[in-house]
Amino acid sequence: MSKYYLGIDLGSTTSKAVIINEKDEIIGRGITNTRANYKVAADIAREEAEYDARFSLLTQQLKNEIAEYPEFMKYMADIRSVFQYRQFERRMDLLKKTLRETVDGFAYDNKDEIADRLNDILNIIGPQIRHEFLEEDLGSRNQFFRDIINERYNQEVEKVDRKYFEPLMLAFDKSITPVENQMLQFNFKELVDESMRVLEVKYQGLADMQEDKEDWYFSELNAVKNNFKSLESSLRGHIDQIAGEEIHIVNMVGTGYGRALLPFPEDCIKSEILCHAFGAHAVFPNTRTVLDIGGQDTKAIQVDSHGLVTSFHMNDRCAAGCGRYLGYIADEFGISINELGPEAMEADKETDICSTCTVFAGAEVRELLNNGEKRPNILAGLHKAIVQRSMSLIARSGGVRNEFTFTGGVARNQAVLKYVTEMVKDSYGDVTMNIHTDSIFMGALGGAMFARRNIKVDLPAKAKAIN
Amino acid sequence: MPQEAQKEKSMILQKEMINGLFDELEKAKETGKKVCYTFVPGNLSELIRTFDMLPVYPEINALQSAMRKKSGAYIKEAEKNAHSEDVCTYVKCDVGMMLKGNIGPTGQKIPEPDILLLSYTGCFTFMKWFETLKREYPNAEVIMLHTPYQENGEIRPEMTEYMVKQLREEAIPKMEKISGVKFDEEKLKKHLKLAKEAQDWITKIFETTKHRPSPIDAYFAGVYYIGPINIGFRGTQEAVDYYKELYSEIQERIDLGLGPITPEGEMKEEKYRLVVEGPPNWTSFREFWKIFYDMGAVIVASSYTKVGGVYDMGWRHDPERPLESLAEYCMNCYTNLNIPQRIDLLSKCIQDYHADGYVTNSIKSCNSFSAGQLGMMREIEDRLEIPVGFIESDLVDPRYFSYSNIKNRLESFFQMLEQRKIITATEEVV
Amino acid sequence: MKAIRELIAECSTQAFDLHFTRAKEWKAEKEGRVVVGYMPIYFPREIIHAAGALPVGIFGGGDRKQVIKGDAYYQSYICRIPRSIMELVLDKHTAHFDGYIFPSICDVIRNLSGIFKQQKIGKFVKYMDFPQNFLPEIGGVYYQQEMAHVLKYIKDLNGVEVTTDALNHSIGLYNKNRELIELIYHIRQEFPWRLSIEDVYHVIRAGTVIPVEEHNDILKQVCAHIQQDIGKPQDKIKVVISGAFCEQPSIGLIRAIEEAGCYVVDDDYMLGSRMIMGPVDPDTDNPLEAIASAYIRQSQYSSSIYDVHDPKELRLAKIVKDRGADGVIFASASFCDPSLLDAPIFQNAFDRMGIRYMAFQFSENINQFKVIKEQVGAFSDSIKLWDEEPIVI
Repeated sequence: MSKYYLGIDLGSTTSKAVIINEKDEIIGRGITNTRANYKVAADIAREEAEYDARFSLLTQQLKNEIAEYPEFMKYMADIRSVFQYRQFERRMDLLKKTLRETVDGFAYDNKDEIADRLNDILNIIGPQIRHEFLEEDLGSRNQFFRDIINERYNQEVEKVDRKYFEPLMLAFDKSITPVENQMLQFNFKELVDESMRVLEVKYQGLADMQEDKEDWYFSELNAVKNNFKSLESSLRGHIDQIAGEEIHIVNMVGTGYGRALLPFPEDCIKSEILCHAFGAHAVFPNTRTVLDIGGQDTKAIQVDSHGLVTSFHMNDRCAAGCGRYLGYIADEFGISINELGPEAMEADKETDICSTCTVFAGAEVRELLNNGEKRPNILAGLHKAIVQRSMSLIARSGGVRNEFTFTGGVARNQAVLKYVTEMVKDSYGDVTMNIHTDSIFMGALGGAMFARRNIKVDLPAKAKAIN
Repeated sequence: MPQEAQKEKSMILQKEMINGLFDELEKAKETGKKVCYTFVPGNLSELIRTFDMLPVYPEINALQSAMRKKSGAYIKEAEKNAHSEDVCTYVKCDVGMMLKGNIGPTGQKIPEPDILLLSYTGCFTFMKWFETLKREYPNAEVIMLHTPYQENGEIRPEMTEYMVKQLREEAIPKMEKISGVKFDEEKLKKHLKLAKEAQDWITKIFETTKHRPSPIDAYFAGVYYIGPINIGFRGTQEAVDYYKELYSEIQERIDLGLGPITPEGEMKEEKYRLVVEGPPNWTSFREFWKIFYDMGAVIVASSYTKVGGVYDMGWRHDPERPLESLAEYCMNCYTNLNIPQRIDLLSKCIQDYHADGYVTNSIKSCNSFSAGQLGMMREIEDRLEIPVGFIESDLVDPRYFSYSNIKNRLESFFQMLEQRKIITATEEVV
Repeated sequence: MKAIRELIAECSTQAFDLHFTRAKEWKAEKEGRVVVGYMPIYFPREIIHAAGALPVGIFGGGDRKQVIKGDAYYQSYICRIPRSIMELVLDKHTAHFDGYIFPSICDVIRNLSGIFKQQKIGKFVKYMDFPQNFLPEIGGVYYQQEMAHVLKYIKDLNGVEVTTDALNHSIGLYNKNRELIELIYHIRQEFPWRLSIEDVYHVIRAGTVIPVEEHNDILKQVCAHIQQDIGKPQDKIKVVISGAFCEQPSIGLIRAIEEAGCYVVDDDYMLGSRMIMGPVDPDTDNPLEAIASAYIRQSQYSSSIYDVHDPKELRLAKIVKDRGADGVIFASASFCDPSLLDAPIFQNAFDRMGIRYMAFQFSENINQFKVIKEQVGAFSDSIKLWDEEPIVI
């Protein structure tokens, strides 16, 4: 049986899980933003990572077939999309039910009308989301359940009569958290079967839809469409096998802010500093300086050629300069955290922000808005201020010495990325800068790698000594 | 268990000394003894004793209040009285205690000062503190004894001369006037001789951490050990006896190969040897200590235990130069050293005591310690290639101690140390 | 004579020239010239001048310098000025400075001198330990020794042995300088609308970065202008600002206070330039003793000087009375120990004396001050609308 290793990174805003094989290759990733207890968060992330791992294994097994029939690739991706949608849908059904119950429990006189509006909204956003999952690959965008629903729900609530606004928002706020925190069990095989059935319908319906898509797309699609029956049967065997296979986790390591709360034995708990550095170094072996901006902490880490930490600095008690600050700012502007970066990128200049203090920033932002400053410019200024703080931290830890790798959830924010790139270049010249799409998973990856090594007995230095 | 019994003996001695002092303070009105408020850094115990006065140390009262969980309320009281949230919490704790009736750590009332002896050594806040006290106690005599800072890493003759003149022409005449006791240089010399003896012993005690395992923790237990020498007993036979006793107890631990004693018994395995810069947190002193001993970390030297005098570089009171040595003593206290001197001293500790790591506890209240610590840490890290750790807390403000924050940072630091140790070990094999 | 706006514009350029260009030019004029930077609050610039060197004030980066490297040296609970000074120095703004003097203000500035020493910034670094003993034969003598120490550093660089005549000459120039500055305050006391406090600030701060002879020339012209009946009075109360003696508020904040309805008739922004009240004896055989004696006998109160012999609350109350001010605004830099620890002393005393006051905190880079402006406006209104009770001291 193949051996796998699990790393779990319990951050203050998200929990991540990574599964690796014996070659340190990532075969599964899972992430959740549930704010339930850490145990549930870890389980949800792990479960996701396992589904992801099965898809990876499936793709691996089909390597030869895919080489021969490239259309398999498209089919696999489609199965994945539907699979993700089915998972989403299950939770969505739960949310619908909870929302209706919540409204039903209201003491408002007009609660029937509220229920009607709620149904209207759900009837609009349900198909909308389904469409985005199946046709626009929403599932691959790493968005959380809450964010996906929130955005569209809010949009629709805005459109209904003002008198329903309060109750509808209240219903959502009351319902979302318990739904989000619910652990849902899926059967991989059943879900894949369902997905394949959905695809069957989809492909049959595609025959006459040749409008503005590009040629290559249709050649691929046609190939799938024409062959999907045969594909389906050759896949079936593999799917059955993979679905039945146990993902045998030999060892696991927990890290992150909530690591102490994980029900893991003591030697399976590692500091996130070590894990982030190890993970970043594994992906980019020439890394010597790692900047990690997480929800609660920002860390500047120096590593040696083995990926082991030689020194690190964390932000001081003040929350300025880490992801949490962005959260406050998003709240202040009443927008979602995902919209911050893109809006800041529209700025034509950065407004000076002097108070990186979360307490004062709010007042400052309001004053700037009153003074007629443009919102994107203020946001740009705020992003810059955060990055300035992390630059100080890097300076504190000894500066950028060689390749520089930027990790953590905040690395996905384009505006932060822009300023980090600019400022590192300003201060340290043309150093190689690495930012990976998996940046948010670096801690979990490092954890999984520590799990594989069982660090005490199997360190790189020891390997070197034997050589 | 013989060593347990002996451990208690030095502790009993210390307790007796301190209780005796507070008893005397309580009865000061009746006995007619004069009360002198002063500070630990640059404290002139020998001179105070020469005039048969009783010392009160406001910052010791503040830290004691913190250990008894009373500081939070005192600080709030001071903040209600226009004190800023951002200034030294020793001051605020003391002001709050005063506003609440000036009941000291033993539950006895502390008498008002007859003299405010401000030998302001290495800390500007002391000056502001006594300006504040002077307004509360308008009848107290103030003696401002300016201790020049070792800005160039040296004591120039004019600095000593300046201090001696202040002692001779201002401090001593005022003390004579208030106490009604004539200055007796021979008596001062006797106290200085005993002070020197105590300094010899305490130096030997702090040097025992060179042993492996270290028989004591030079920070968490060290703060208790420095008690007698810092709070008014330096220059007495009692202090000498205490340190002799303590030394023999520690010697016994060394002979038995025992590690330091913690509140939860003996530390089993010495995994890391550390040097710590900065005062401890007092409000959560036990929890703070526990994070270290749970990880098998022992502090082999700390700068905080040198605030009341730096003795490990060989300096001693000299009975033959009484006033000069009082002056030098003040100028030699840790926070009166400049940043390069502090770096050198800490580096020497790291090397002499074979430390594996260096930790800064950055105290919000204390700019004298904290301003510059980050630069010091970088320099030490570069110079000695030693792992460094950085945490933040406060002296006596319970709002400024975040257990999880500190634990998280220290855990990372210890795991980094562990990695480094394994690497170094394997590299040595090669 | 130049027009007043022209003079002000010139001064505002100099005052906030964080590259210290005038000093650079001055140094380039002649081989071997020495530039000495000094930090707030006060330093006897006379002695540097007499040694043929140029004293230049370093008052931080204000809201005009992005701070990154400097931040690496300081925890979040330490004031901002040492960070921006480090940033200026590390960014080579002061590359033409030969030495640095750190007058004793507080533990932060004191330790900053140690960081300079450790980083080997400049050819000399001197922490100037002002005496806290105020007996001429004790503290005064020590002060003279400290000054001699500074002179030795300069002599090592330029070979100048300072003479009595040179010192007396320099004392005379700085006496004139302070006299003219005081004249501005004197005129403004009655006619505060003739020159805004923002302009006053520019004029005085410019004097910290240019040769004193040039500054005296500017001051003379400014005084001549404001002796004319210019500007129009507005309905504002008169206040004294106290507490902002080291880290400086941004110019916008200085302006905002007056805009919000308060004529600032006295302040401690540029305390060092006004520290000695009245002339130093310019005609003695021992000028260093004269300077020391002036420091001991004629200093303005300061949060950095032990004050028990002459309590600061009474001194500030006297300033309020002498200036005919309606109240006091305490402006403390965030995390400024000397200023913040003095606050309860002042405020308790003023409560007893019935002097109106308000307090806020700032940091040098704050450039949004709506809240402060609102508070100051409310303070001003409350005094305007309230009774006309005289201040009792």
